[in-house]
Amino acid sequence: MARNSARPLSPHLQVWRWGAHMTVSIINRVMGAGLATVGTLALLWWIIAAASGEKAYETFLSWASWPWAYVVWVGLSFAFFMHLCGGLRHFVMDIGAGFELTANRIWAWLTMAAAVMLTALFWIAILWKGAI
Amino acid sequence: MSSGTSLGKVRGLGSAKSGSHHWWMQRVTAMGNLLLGLWFMVSLARLPDMSFATVTAWLSSPWAAAPMALLIINVCWHFRLGLQVIIEDYAHDAMRIVALALLHIWTFAAGALALVSLFKIVFAGAA
Repeated sequence: MARNSARPLSPHLQVWRWGAHMTVSIINRVMGAGLATVGTLALLWWIIAAASGEKAYETFLSWASWPWAYVVWVGLSFAFFMHLCGGLRHFVMDIGAGFELTANRIWAWLTMAAAVMLTALFWIAILWKGAI
Repeated sequence: MSSGTSLGKVRGLGSAKSGSHHWWMQRVTAMGNLLLGLWFMVSLARLPDMSFATVTAWLSSPWAAAPMALLIINVCWHFRLGLQVIIEDYAHDAMRIVALALLHIWTFAAGALALVSLFKIVFAGAA
């Protein structure tokens, strides 16, 4: 399976005019990769700490409630909702719908807007109950 | 649909020799993650706080532990498939083999650690 790196590549990013569909596509991949790495690490830290007793969990909480840690939590929650909305967009495209230029552009923008709104709702719900 | 031999078309495995199984499982686990992920985020938002007592009491209930166990398995399965595609797009030759092997280890290590931790909380809570 030797790969000849001297072979030409087909034209890619440089020949296409930018569109919202490209943004939502690469964002979906980046958010998925982020959730799989940072998200999984956070979940592991949280659940291992909870399984290791109160003292270990207090250590986790002291890090997790550090003001800058909220950048990670807001980021992860946005990544979750963005990947969720991007995934729903893919389900629609999997059945062959939504490929018309205008519809595709509108849904690409709506996907991103919905993710921002869901993230905002999530944090409003948390702030509302006064847990932070 | 005229490419391939009759036998090849019946098997439906294509040039990747794995057919649509990878694609299909990514969609099946995506649907699972949609339900389990929303359950998880809504549960987190509804918990009165994130203290040790609240979180362990919540997770030791079968009604939380069962979907949590499913979420861990489903998320690991889904990111195993997704990261595989990313690696196959950007990593080549020996680097690809190494990255795919590390992905296997990461998936199963993360899944086992999370599940064992969850079970410890569940069985400690029942005592």
